[in-house]
Amino acid sequence: MIQLWPFHGGIEPKSYKTLSNQVAIKKAGIPQFLTLPLLQHIGEPTKPVVNIADKVLKGQIIAHCENEDCSLSLSAPIHASSSGTIVAIESHAVPHPSGLNAPCIVIATDGNDEWIERFPLPNYTDIEPDIVRNYIAQAGIVGLGGAGFPSHVKLVHNNIDTLIINGAECEPYITCDDRIMQEHPADVIVGAQILLHVLGGAKNCIIAVENNKPQAYKTLSNLAQGNIAVVQVPTLYPMGGERQLIYTLTGKEVGRGKLPASIGIVVHNVETTRAIYRAIYQGRPLISRAVTVTGTGLETPQNFEILLGTPMEFILKQCNPKSNLKRLIMGGPMMGFSLPNNKMPIVKTTNCLILSDKEEVKPLQMPCIRCGACAQACPINLLPQQLYWYAKAKDLKKIQEYHLFDCIDCGCCAYVCPSHIPLISYYRYAKAEIRANEQESKKSESAKHRHEFRTFRLERIKAEKKARLQKLKSKSNASKESAIKAALERVKAKKQAIIIQHLIDNSSDSHLQ
Amino acid sequence: MTIAILSIIVLGGLALLFGLLLGYASVRFKVEGNPVVDQIDAILPQQQCGKCSYPGCRPYAHAIANEEADINQCPPGGEMVILALADLLDREAKPLDMELKPTNEVRLAVIDEAICIGCTLCIQACPVDAILGAAKQMHTVIAQECTGCELCVKPCPVDCIAMIAIPLTIHNWKWAYPSPPTLQNPMEPLL
Repeated sequence: MIQLWPFHGGIEPKSYKTLSNQVAIKKAGIPQFLTLPLLQHIGEPTKPVVNIADKVLKGQIIAHCENEDCSLSLSAPIHASSSGTIVAIESHAVPHPSGLNAPCIVIATDGNDEWIERFPLPNYTDIEPDIVRNYIAQAGIVGLGGAGFPSHVKLVHNNIDTLIINGAECEPYITCDDRIMQEHPADVIVGAQILLHVLGGAKNCIIAVENNKPQAYKTLSNLAQGNIAVVQVPTLYPMGGERQLIYTLTGKEVGRGKLPASIGIVVHNVETTRAIYRAIYQGRPLISRAVTVTGTGLETPQNFEILLGTPMEFILKQCNPKSNLKRLIMGGPMMGFSLPNNKMPIVKTTNCLILSDKEEVKPLQMPCIRCGACAQACPINLLPQQLYWYAKAKDLKKIQEYHLFDCIDCGCCAYVCPSHIPLISYYRYAKAEIRANEQESKKSESAKHRHEFRTFRLERIKAEKKARLQKLKSKSNASKESAIKAALERVKAKKQAIIIQHLIDNSSDSHLQ
Repeated sequence: MTIAILSIIVLGGLALLFGLLLGYASVRFKVEGNPVVDQIDAILPQQQCGKCSYPGCRPYAHAIANEEADINQCPPGGEMVILALADLLDREAKPLDMELKPTNEVRLAVIDEAICIGCTLCIQACPVDAILGAAKQMHTVIAQECTGCELCVKPCPVDCIAMIAIPLTIHNWKWAYPSPPTLQNPMEPLL
């Protein structure tokens, strides 16, 4: 039993997990069309490497990183989730809070689900960690906990001593990690061993499971051995937050603006770990993921293994949706966002879909009464009230002094606010505005440099032209002068010659006389 | 008497010493250029559009620093820049010059490549070298570098340059300011 360090704040919302965690993960099947956005992770978008009408096989790379070597960039390739034909590379609605379209590759599936040739690495222990890391990058694996941070970036081995496998799954409703741990504990454990190898000398591995998942804890601890320990952590939102989990397990805090690797810790999600296991042992890139499809709007909420790019509609139909649906949320109820329709594809970051049939309770927003409940609930020890005032007043300078960018958008403050102020909306606005301003000032700085260089260039050209003219002029002057001089000299010489001739003639004449 | 002479000598000596120190400091720590100009220049949006009647942002900054120009002549900067300048220079903020049209959103120049005749006039007009091309070759705008100053639009003899709004994508989209609460507009529920 290891010592736990409770973090400050946090909330205990009603979990609603039993809605979906009672039945096994079901395969969702192959839809007619798969729509794969070119950007499904945090970082740079990928670029298509297929053309319209190309035949593709399951697991084939259809969009690659801009940089040829993916392991060097913050990006991950996209693979065809099933075999078929590319029918379009165009803008399509994607699950994003903006509700805007983004470039996607559309595959018309042929139903054969035919695999491309696979090259698993079951003897990974004999291979250099960096090569295995590159292999994971090529498999397109990103953090499946919801953020979508490319996994290979978190696998660079520089003095990492602890690997944490995050099975906390603290948001209400979501149960896909719970089911994965119950049904595929061996995959998770072997995945953790692979990660330990890739991280080069990592000594310990802790698999953290919230204590509301006793079944998952039991199955995992029965299999765990050696330096892999399974630890139960208290059920408290946001336990699954990277920094909160690290603090709870080790008592260490990650510095401001730093990555956990700076204190020798790396955190990977349970399902990501399984995806890495499947990539190494089966040569299977990230082409599907477990998704919790739940909510009061469904008769049979449950977990699915869904091919990436599958339209949400296709999945929701399999859960017997009730009529009169009100709201579709992607992600958990705390950090997720509403979607305008169900035509959007499942992407690498879709861990949960919540379909609600109820008219949500919409409490009226009231003025802030300075009760301080938000500060009590904040897991980062921020002052949400102050942040709110400054965001509301659009004082973007002051709000950064109160460390806005340490906020993880967990929503605890808004959850406890008795005045029902949408605090997170204010913080999101302020963060977006600050980032946009930074971009703008970068751009104006570059415009300034370009303008200065242009002015300099024009002046240089002008000066060069002038110098050239001057040179030409002085050259022609000089040549003219020398020509005149030469001519004069010639004339002089001629005259001299004539005089001498004359003198000679004279003298000879006198001799003759 | 001796005290009076002594004090004159001491005070005079001190005055001379400090005078020399100050004189040395003014040479040693001389500030090149006008620092106020740099501060003003940093506030201006650097579109280099010339709408202020000066050939670029820096000349305008010079004019403001020398009190030759008012602080309300920058249309792309709009109210934000006027307020920031008023704050910096401790002058009265005032609305944008009535003769200037406000340009609220940054736009992007786009060349219709089918019409372009390759005259290079727009290239010569662009203050930030954001147009690429050569004589009798098609020209194109480097979108990332275009500041939307519109200076290239007028010189074009075939009218093939259009100013378009920058399209909204998931990369430049940002969260909006939360709408103020009203009875009709209650907060978004979380659970």
